[in-house]
Amino acid sequence: MNSDRLPLENNGCGGEYHKNKVKSIWILVLLGLVLAAAVLLSLWAGSYDTPVTELLRGIVNQANDPKINVVVQNVRLPRICTAVIAGAGLGVVGCVLQSILDNPLASASTLGVSQGASFGAAFAIIGLNAGAQNGGGLWISLAAFAGSMGVAAVILGLSRFSQITPESIVLAGVAISSMFTGATTLLQYFADEVELTTLTFWTFGNLGSAGWGQIRFMLLVVLLSSVYSIFHRWDFNALLAGTETAASLGIHVRRMILINMVLCCLTASAIVSHVGLINFIGLVAPHIVRRLVGNNHVYLIPGTILAGASLLLLGDLLARTVVSPVILPTGAVTSFLGAPLFLYLLFKRRKGVC
Amino acid sequence: MLRVKDLKFHYQGGQQVLKEINFKLEDGKFLSVLGNNGAGKSTMLKCFNRIIDPEAGSISLDGEEICRMPMREAAKRMAFVAQTIPNTQMTVHDMVMLGRKPYMQWGFTENDHRIVHEAMERLGLTEMRGRFLNELSGGERQKVMLARALAQKPKLLLLDEPTSSLDLKNQYQVLQTVRDICHETGIAAIMVIHDLNLALRFCDRFLLMRDGAVFRYGDAHVIDREAIWQIYGVQGETADVRGQKIVMVD
Ligand SMILES: Nc1ncnc2c1ncn2[C@@H]1O[C@H](COP(=O)(O)OP(=O)(O)O)[C@@H](O)[C@H]1O
Ligand SMILES: [Mg+2]
Repeated sequence: MNSDRLPLENNGCGGEYHKNKVKSIWILVLLGLVLAAAVLLSLWAGSYDTPVTELLRGIVNQANDPKINVVVQNVRLPRICTAVIAGAGLGVVGCVLQSILDNPLASASTLGVSQGASFGAAFAIIGLNAGAQNGGGLWISLAAFAGSMGVAAVILGLSRFSQITPESIVLAGVAISSMFTGATTLLQYFADEVELTTLTFWTFGNLGSAGWGQIRFMLLVVLLSSVYSIFHRWDFNALLAGTETAASLGIHVRRMILINMVLCCLTASAIVSHVGLINFIGLVAPHIVRRLVGNNHVYLIPGTILAGASLLLLGDLLARTVVSPVILPTGAVTSFLGAPLFLYLLFKRRKGVC
Repeated sequence: MLRVKDLKFHYQGGQQVLKEINFKLEDGKFLSVLGNNGAGKSTMLKCFNRIIDPEAGSISLDGEEICRMPMREAAKRMAFVAQTIPNTQMTVHDMVMLGRKPYMQWGFTENDHRIVHEAMERLGLTEMRGRFLNELSGGERQKVMLARALAQKPKLLLLDEPTSSLDLKNQYQVLQTVRDICHETGIAAIMVIHDLNLALRFCDRFLLMRDGAVFRYGDAHVIDREAIWQIYGVQGETADVRGQKIVMVD
């Protein structure tokens, strides 16, 4: 990217800045390597006596053992792709929500956006019987989107346009989440056996059931929101300087917040309706990356995409291997690991550190 | 040349904050806006800068009507230094780079980098450009925000109480820099400030505001006993110390 290159004359003094930039780029490269390693590890886990090269050949259906081909193509690869795409998407959503709401505790799951989506999806399955119909998937996704938008409207109403602290917004999110979780539980009373299994699997979050069609759909949505936010990286930077300064730099702040909120809901609901509730990835990934590269969205957004994907992949790896051969629900594992981090962030904010 | 004609504004559901503001400001002049809290000074600056849209009146800069311009175009002509200074983990260089945002397509060009470099040089920030904003003092951050505004290459610079959180030395440095920039480059600056003596020391024009209207406008002679009483409600007088007009409050 030539855009961030420095004129030669500048390299003499203020080399500190140059060092900082190089460091940020190296951290992005490192995060990319971590992701690659996590992908390899996920591919390998569970078939430790097979050479990795054989597994890699399985990706293009060229393994010597046809059984490997089947395992890689039908089980491992879809799961890995789902984790990478969903993790990246949740990361981007968390990063964007934290910026536009000016709230370091924001993410799809802490604000209740995911829970709204999950309720919408459950409603479509039980209320509209969408699970059994042809093309029901579309209805489920639409209902999930509507649910998340409902929550987003409440959050927006509470945050930018009135004077409420970040902690209160998260409290409101907790209230909204438990309301929707409760509503989803109530819905289960009206569900039959089949619907019930679909629902329970969802409330936990599971990466093992998305088919290639669904993966492609998620990829499309996550790509859309990632490219959009990377393209507008300097708009987010401007917002860091305050809404008034952002407006004075030519940014329509309200319009920007609304567009991004809709994109976040779209992405979160697309992910929730295919893999269920996965908590804390979107909250934690931006924080880890911010620690490493600071608040400049030029590095923060790509970093969060990579970190989110790696985190979910590693969480899933744990879920698959910790009590192997039993596969734990991935969402439960990420909650278990993410919640302490969330508490840590809350505690640190109290002391005014972040 | 900035011309403000019959500018009016009220917030939704509130009373009239700006009532028919009229004045002209020539290029290269440094104007200070004086008035008590709530007089509408900040609101007026925000109207100039398209942060809020006035309900009536016109604001024209070199004959171009600001209010009918896209925000991005307005941002190429005016820069704003807000009252609250951001405190975030972003480097000085990146924050100044933000000033080139209105001109940016996909990325920044060599020209953008050159302008940013000049702006940092001007305010003596080059040495600290790799440091994070949240590690700097209030005065240093204020200079960063001023450099950011300069990097916007505006024709008009708007400053809302830029010296309120600075120590004496930094107050003088910042105001001196703004004055020098005005006189050297011919851009105009409008600053809200509460310190009459600082205003008298550095500014060429004075706009006294009371209840959302212009009470007086002109050069240093508009500040006298009567004006101080009318604007601030205190008894005071002016004096001459080595050719510099000063204000003393009883
Ligand atoms: N966002 C707002 N909404 C409603 N009223 C406002 C808002 N901002 C300022 N005001 C009111 O407008 C008046 C002028 O405010 P302001 O321009 O900030 O005054 P100054 O900067 O001169 O102290 C005040 O009475 C203030 O209460
Ligand atoms: Mg003010």
